[in-house]
Amino acid sequence: MTVVEDPRRGKNMFVLGMLAWIYDRDLDLCRDQIAHAFRKKSEEIYNRNVELLDLGYGWAEENLDFRISIPAQPTTDPMVVMNGNEAVALGAIAAGMELAAMYPITPATSASHELGDVFEKFGGVVHQAEDEIAAAGVAIGASYAGKVAYTITSGPGLALKTEFLGLAVMIEMPLVVVDVQRGGPATGLPTKVEQSDLLAAIFGQPGDAPHVVMAPATIEECFHVMVTARRIAETFRTVVIVLSDANLATGVQPFRRPELDPAWVAAPPDLSPVPEGLRPYDWDAKTGLSRRFVPGQPGGMYTVTGLAHDESSRVAYSSAVHQRSSTMRSRKIAVLQSTLEPPKVYGDDSGELLVVGWGSTKGAIEEAVDRLRDEGMSVSSLHLSFLSPLEPGIKEIFSRFGKVMTVEINYSDEPAAPYINEENRRRGQLAWLLRAQTLYDVDCWTRVLGEPLRPRAIADAVRQRIETVEGDEA
Amino acid sequence: MTIPVNSLLQCALDDDRIFERSDYEGPIPRWCAGCGDHSVLAATQRLLADEQFQPETTVFVSGIGCSSRFPHYLKTYGFHGLHGRALPVATGIKLHRPDLDVFVVMGDGDCTSIGAGHWVHATRYNIDMVALMLDNNIYGLTKNQTSPTTPQGYPSNTQPRGSWLPALNPIEATLGITNASFVAQTAEWIPPHLFATIKAAYHHEGFAFVRILQRCPKYTAPLFEEGLKNPDSIELLVHEDGVMVDGLENVYKNQVRHDPRDIHAARRLAEEDGRTRLGVFFRDESRPRYEEIRQLPSITAEEKVARLSEELDLHAV
Repeated sequence: MTVVEDPRRGKNMFVLGMLAWIYDRDLDLCRDQIAHAFRKKSEEIYNRNVELLDLGYGWAEENLDFRISIPAQPTTDPMVVMNGNEAVALGAIAAGMELAAMYPITPATSASHELGDVFEKFGGVVHQAEDEIAAAGVAIGASYAGKVAYTITSGPGLALKTEFLGLAVMIEMPLVVVDVQRGGPATGLPTKVEQSDLLAAIFGQPGDAPHVVMAPATIEECFHVMVTARRIAETFRTVVIVLSDANLATGVQPFRRPELDPAWVAAPPDLSPVPEGLRPYDWDAKTGLSRRFVPGQPGGMYTVTGLAHDESSRVAYSSAVHQRSSTMRSRKIAVLQSTLEPPKVYGDDSGELLVVGWGSTKGAIEEAVDRLRDEGMSVSSLHLSFLSPLEPGIKEIFSRFGKVMTVEINYSDEPAAPYINEENRRRGQLAWLLRAQTLYDVDCWTRVLGEPLRPRAIADAVRQRIETVEGDEA
Repeated sequence: MTIPVNSLLQCALDDDRIFERSDYEGPIPRWCAGCGDHSVLAATQRLLADEQFQPETTVFVSGIGCSSRFPHYLKTYGFHGLHGRALPVATGIKLHRPDLDVFVVMGDGDCTSIGAGHWVHATRYNIDMVALMLDNNIYGLTKNQTSPTTPQGYPSNTQPRGSWLPALNPIEATLGITNASFVAQTAEWIPPHLFATIKAAYHHEGFAFVRILQRCPKYTAPLFEEGLKNPDSIELLVHEDGVMVDGLENVYKNQVRHDPRDIHAARRLAEEDGRTRLGVFFRDESRPRYEEIRQLPSITAEEKVARLSEELDLHAV
């Protein structure tokens, strides 16, 4: 029988039907999903796809002599399922952000597609700028005039936005930047996963430009990180860079349906008159925090400037002003750290080896730790959500382990490779950061294969490191 | 939009404040004596007072360069940002807050060199704002480097044997951009014309691009001598829909009647032929404006949460 003219088309639906039989899935749910996927297409297209689905199911039922049973994990919580870019986009709406500025770049762009689709209905405006630099400028201009705006990009775009990020830090303008990392440098591996923008995100801006860098580890966190990022950006008048990656962007996970809160959306800028005597950078001497003025507020007229400036935003011709304002901008980041909880160790609180990770590798690292612990090894892991500032208490946690190593999707030299020694070895980016901040001899195992790290590969690498240490001691 | 624009409007209605020119004047400018930037600042302050702008809803956005110090010398809101990037910032402000009056102040290097991409696209977006390009034909702040508008053969520190290439013609270039809606040229040493042109730009609904010929007494004084001393070297474009200044005809005898709706005539007049033409080259208010097309939805936080909840339903399992 013929359902479609072109035999190359529609085979996916046939196979989906087969798989639905093999894994004993609910065919009605499949039909609902097809209806959703083709909601903009004609009924005829829906019918043809469902027919193929049923045919695949029926074929498997008649011809296959095996079925695979994977028990569903029952949950009483309402769940949603989506990819990381969709989660970022919906999170941005939940956070009440009204303006996203972007320039097409892989793999960030699908989040913009989602925004273009949903935002245009009720969320806000997605501005496709003429280039990455302009996208950053538009987001900063929008933030200056009201609620924080955000811009979404990938590595090469982050590089182009660098000067504007420095400006936003200097003028203490709230800004959220989502960097969906891909393989690099240059055009690199545009569609593949990598975690190699970490140090560029933290230190990439010329001059001293302290700001916040966060990394969601799951798709659920991709949603909630946007709400947190807006809150931090506005409270601390700073830039928040959210490091997602190609793995999170395109991976699909179910998670507990977020309980939305109108308070996240609200808080438009206060346009009431600025109290007499208050200055645009009236830094609190202890915290560095100050109140932002928004155009429209009578009595608040001032000129923001990327030049060094004093509390009144007057251009500073004295070097002491630059010392003081730099201190204030840096202090805010320490104040943010004081509000954070220490990260939780996965596995025992102390032991022989601690694996530290960040971003999308969390699931794989924890699965590897489970395997190694089943083998009787004393291994735990720690996953960091904040990279700048680091969460508090990390040094103390490290002190409870014999050895600390990071596992990351970026490049590091193998310790035994030709020419490589302790002093010139290039390390994983988090390892580099942790060594500098804790003075612990943090080792690393990293790969840049353009694919997610597998739990088995992580377990093998960690096992080898432990055996090496034990061999050295013997 | 959740910004309480209503309260702003209410404030405007209740507003019985009267602003004097001094209400817009900031600190004494640090520009050189004889710099044309002073004239532009004076004309702008006059406009602000004449039109009774509310200082709190007026924003001057600038880039980097001598002229980009402009916002510091006004008592409105100001944004002195990055070299070449004033236009994207202004775009963001207007997208988020179309209720604000936005002026952009750029230099020739700012607009036609490092920020040239934004110049093209801001013209095409046609967002309602005034863009003043103060063109002194040189990089002044960094001390005498050739800019795209430096005339061919004119020496600088970077091209001491003279600029290698013919100068870029900003009027011709802007007229070539699709969706351009207001293109004018004026000279800061003719204050009545300068004022009338900036005023026409402000009243234009759309992106009003004004190139202001501006003396730099330090580095490009010879380039402006002819225009200053010999009124016959200047030709004024006059029209009821453009700029007409009573009394100027006594000094500037070369006058051409030009209908600013005529893009073809505008392009011919913009071509380089040794004459300096001042006036409105082109004006068309029927062009689409980006900020009108891309308005932010006006819904409450509760409505937004309800809509987002419906969106999550589509992802529910």
